[in-house]
Amino acid sequence: MIPVELLLGLSTVLFFIGFFGFVTRRNLIAMLISIELVLNSVDINFAVFNRILHPGELEGFYFSLFSIGINAAETAVAIAIILNVYRRFHSDQVNSIENMKL
Amino acid sequence: MANIIMFCILAVIIIGSAIVCVFTKRIMRAATFLLFVLFGVAGVYFLLDYTFLGTAQIAIYAGGLTMLYIFAIQLVSKRTLQGLQERQRGKTVVAGALVALLGLVTVGLVLLKNEFIDMSASMVDAEVPMSVIGEKLVGAGKYQYVLPFEFISVFLLACIIGGIMIARKEDKK
Repeated sequence: MIPVELLLGLSTVLFFIGFFGFVTRRNLIAMLISIELVLNSVDINFAVFNRILHPGELEGFYFSLFSIGINAAETAVAIAIILNVYRRFHSDQVNSIENMKL
Repeated sequence: MANIIMFCILAVIIIGSAIVCVFTKRIMRAATFLLFVLFGVAGVYFLLDYTFLGTAQIAIYAGGLTMLYIFAIQLVSKRTLQGLQERQRGKTVVAGALVALLGLVTVGLVLLKNEFIDMSASMVDAEVPMSVIGEKLVGAGKYQYVLPFEFISVFLLACIIGGIMIARKEDKK
């Protein structure tokens, strides 16, 4: 059996690695990838809390499942927006987007 | 004991890949290492005996989202693919690392000061049966999840339409 501190520590480290990436990267897609890291660590947390603290129930399980689906939709829309930004500004760096509309 | 060894291998894979994914300059490499992180997280779900969740993770994330990322990278950034990289300012990196470390220490202390380890003995060592998952997912009773299930299908449809609306080329009038 895995101690719960190890699992929660893993998700915490993953969360802050993603946070660091989100703060430092200047490329839109790289920022989105960092957000994926953060969301994955949160999903691990839901599953671990459900499995170890309340093993008879499935709330965290379904929360992780729906969260995976919503992450997929969110990423698709974000990538559509990034493609549109690239088409309009010819750059995928955040510095280039200072106005919403030209 | 074997579980702990497996977990340590998975943790090394996840954290190493995440660090490379954040620090590498090329976006395509970042996407590839994101794929490794996702596989590692699916492995953690398998270790927790949540096999359905792990399978969904592999099917949706590793199968669908990584493909989406790779297509987006190919469509967007030819320059970054050819090795021309983004400029990172040292000050930003140091500040980001400091804030991340501060948060990591804070959250870590909060986690360790709690008394989780006494309660963790109750983790059962059996897989959740598939029929329970299926009945809860589409059942309409108490603690059953047909309403979010239907909501997420409508939500996915809305996102498909929204993605098409946003990403299509505007006609020149």
